Amino acid sequence: MAKSNEPIVWSLFSAGGVVAAFVVPIHVVMLGIALPLGWIALDYQSLVTLVQNPLSKVYLFVLISLVLFHWAHRFRFTLVDLGLKKLEMLISIVCYVSAVVGTGYSAYALWTM
Amino acid sequence: MSKPYLRPIPFTWWNKNNAYRIFMLREISSVFVALFVLELLCFVLVASKSPENFDKYVEALKSPGWIVFHVVVLGFSLLHSITWFNLTPKVLVVRKGEEKLPDALIAGAHYLAWIVVSIVIWMII
Repeated sequence: MAKSNEPIVWSLFSAGGVVAAFVVPIHVVMLGIALPLGWIALDYQSLVTLVQNPLSKVYLFVLISLVLFHWAHRFRFTLVDLGLKKLEMLISIVCYVSAVVGTGYSAYALWTM
Repeated sequence: MSKPYLRPIPFTWWNKNNAYRIFMLREISSVFVALFVLELLCFVLVASKSPENFDKYVEALKSPGWIVFHVVVLGFSLLHSITWFNLTPKVLVVRKGEEKLPDALIAGAHYLAWIVVSIVIWMII
C-alpha cells in the first residue's frame, strides 16, 4: 500500500473538530457578546492572572493549533469541491503550512508573553 | 492510458438544494471558527499588555460592527457544533451485547457534555 499522510491530517482535523464543537461557541458568546455588553465583569488584572497560568497557555495553544489544522483540512476540500481539483497539491500545501505557521506563532507568542 | 472522463460540474452546484447549501455553510464554518481562535489569541496577547490596552480592546468590541460579526461567528460555530455532534453516532458505535446503543443516546451525551463544558468555562472566566 502506498504511504500516505492522510491519516495524520485527518486525525488533526477530527481532533480540531471535537475541540471546536465543545468550546468555541461559549468563547464566542463570552468574548464577542457578553464582555462588550457588560454581562460578565472581566477586568485587566483577572485577565492577566488567568492567562499567565500555564494551564491556560497550554489550553489556548491546543485550542488554536487544533482548530487551525481542522480549518486547513476542511478548507482544502472545500476549494477542491468548488472546482479547484487541478490545484489540489498547491492548495493542500498552502493550507497545512498556514496551520503549521499559526501553531508555531501561537506557541512562541504564548510562551513569551 | 487515456484519462477517465470527468463530467464538468458547475461552480454553483452547491446552490442546488438545501442539503447542499447547509453542507457548504458547514464547510465554510471552519473559516469563521479559525478566524475566531486567532482573534482570541490576539485579545489575550494585546489586552493583557496594559490596563489601557484592555480598556481600548473592550471598547472596540462594543462597536455594532463587531457585535454583528460575533453574532455571525456564533451562528457558524453553532452550525459546526450541531453538525459535529449529530455525526457522533455514526463515528462512535457503542454496542451493548448484540444491540447497538441508540443514536439519540450517543448524540445526546455529547450535547449534555457540551452544556457542562460551556458552563465550566463560563465559571472559570
